[in-house]
Amino acid sequence: MATISQPAVPPITTSDHRVIIQVEDVHKYYDLGETRVHALRGVSVTIQRGEFVAIMGASGSGKSTFMNIMGCLDKPSSGRYLLEGIEVSQLSKKDLAAIRNRKIGFVFQGFNLLSRTTAQENVELPTLYAQVSKEEGQKRAREALELVGLGDRMLHFPSQLSGGQQQRVAVARALVNRPSILLADEPTGNLDSRTSVEIMEVFQKLNDGGLTVVLVTHEADVAQFAKRSIQFRDGKIRRDEPIVNRPVAAEVLKSLPTLED
Amino acid sequence: MDLLAIIRIAMRALARNKLRSSLTMLGIIIGVGAVIAMVSVGQGAQQQAQQQIAAMGSNMLFVGAGTVTRGGMRMGWGATKTLIYDDMLAILRECPAVQAAAPGSQSGAQVVFGNDNWATQVNGTEPQYFDIRSWPLAEGSSFTQDDVNMAANVAVIGETVRKNLFGATDPIGQTIRINNLPFKVVGVLTAKGTSAAMGNDQDDTIIVPITTLQKKITGQDWLRWIMVSAISREASYTAQQQITALLRDRHRIRPGSDDDFMVRNLADMADLADQQAQLFTVLLASIASISLIVGGIGIMNIMLVSVTERTREIGIRMAIGATEGDVQQQFLVEAIVLSLVGGAVGIMVGTGASFLITQTLGWPVLVSPTAIGAAVIFSMAVGIFFGFYPARKAARLDPIEALRYE
Repeated sequence: MATISQPAVPPITTSDHRVIIQVEDVHKYYDLGETRVHALRGVSVTIQRGEFVAIMGASGSGKSTFMNIMGCLDKPSSGRYLLEGIEVSQLSKKDLAAIRNRKIGFVFQGFNLLSRTTAQENVELPTLYAQVSKEEGQKRAREALELVGLGDRMLHFPSQLSGGQQQRVAVARALVNRPSILLADEPTGNLDSRTSVEIMEVFQKLNDGGLTVVLVTHEADVAQFAKRSIQFRDGKIRRDEPIVNRPVAAEVLKSLPTLED
Repeated sequence: MDLLAIIRIAMRALARNKLRSSLTMLGIIIGVGAVIAMVSVGQGAQQQAQQQIAAMGSNMLFVGAGTVTRGGMRMGWGATKTLIYDDMLAILRECPAVQAAAPGSQSGAQVVFGNDNWATQVNGTEPQYFDIRSWPLAEGSSFTQDDVNMAANVAVIGETVRKNLFGATDPIGQTIRINNLPFKVVGVLTAKGTSAAMGNDQDDTIIVPITTLQKKITGQDWLRWIMVSAISREASYTAQQQITALLRDRHRIRPGSDDDFMVRNLADMADLADQQAQLFTVLLASIASISLIVGGIGIMNIMLVSVTERTREIGIRMAIGATEGDVQQQFLVEAIVLSLVGGAVGIMVGTGASFLITQTLGWPVLVSPTAIGAAVIFSMAVGIFFGFYPARKAARLDPIEALRYE
């Protein structure tokens, strides 16, 4: 059984510990009866540890599909995807769940917190699936909430928190199992511009601390806070370039007028 | 994830929809409650029947005159004239398993006291009859062997007769008329109630010396029955065989021909009553089980609704690392918690109902631990069985689809 998960071709890059995501010629298509929808048409990308990548593109460009494959929620139809040197496309559903649990932290557009469950308990949730003791899980949840600046809101329910605060709880939840990579899918889509910058400030702070962040967005002014931008169109990468003169979110915030409560 | 955490999560999920959860449980509560109550009622009935049979004298045998066929017409039990007083003496003499015996004959009669009259069964026998049937007198005394020898006009009456003829009047020493003959009432029997084995009112009777009945009322010298007691309950089967063999010999019945008498063993009747009561219990329990199954379907229904409602939650859990197994477990445990809590409340309700029912009927209270154990296991099985499909459905969800679900 163990031999199955060994790729036939030895992974090229396992020696290079700086590479965290390596995608080689990934295709993804969906068969809808007669027609075949090609969502990804040969995508290759390498992301290094500590990068902050913004993935951009219009809807239908394949960026969400790519995000789902990177997040191990979906498997490529062909091609290879190595996460920290592990060939992910060969793994079982159970192993994929374990990878999502430990190596990947998700932040969604709609926050996706459990209602009627406190911030603290929402953040603890991933530790329940990670063989972490209850005490350890609670400790980590507290630390993660303090990291995103919500140390004083731990026992609030999502309905008692603002959108920005809810998204911070979601970020804390994504961090609680100390993942290698933070994947954010339109994290600012439901937030006003000032709160969006606040969330980007959190992401920049985490990235400065060494965390790899991949952000999917269609808003250029959100993408500019990243270090590198990858543009998708029609299932292919059209442009892949570093961002020059990126603003620091903390500085931008100072210049923005504070909204009266 | 450890089981305790899963149970806690399940409890919380159920607590979020208190009304819905309790209504779902109600199905199981009623089901389990009904099973326990019905089994208790059935077993109470069985116990009651056993007590009544024991009250009749557990080592008693009934020898009855048999059937006879005249010109193609079968005349029914009691039609033969071959069972006689000498048979009883022979049984006492020659059957070692027999302890005592009383002869008997009977006749329907109209009984009159003052302005009241009552149609009843007059039985003629000897005084040992009351011992064999372990039937004590409530008032007065039995007639004596002397009364038998002299064919005296004395009578012991049953409770039903006393009620109908005398009401509040003290019957002892009063004179009643049976078929226009005056009889002095010397005793009243204690109430025995309706016989569970035979279904008739045992208290609707008058007992007189056998000689009096034969000579003055019926004019027949043969017996309708002989009441026998064996030396022990176990010996009653031996006694039955001995009596059968003896009577066949005395009545000169050729091998292969039918008996012209019948021997009924009370142990047989007890078994028969037991069987009937068990059938009754099984019947009641099966009807009650149907409501348990209906309750299970209620659980399945609600779990399916819950899975649909919580599709997004399932997606979130899967995205952050829950495996299919984790999700399945979570919903299965919810279903089991529903059914087990329902089962626990159902046990209380069922036990309460059993007490109430048995109290009302005056039966012995019997809450069967087997029924409780079975109810717990059954309700858990219902939870697993009816929870499995919804849980499976939840686990099979595609996390991407589930996260997009509105």
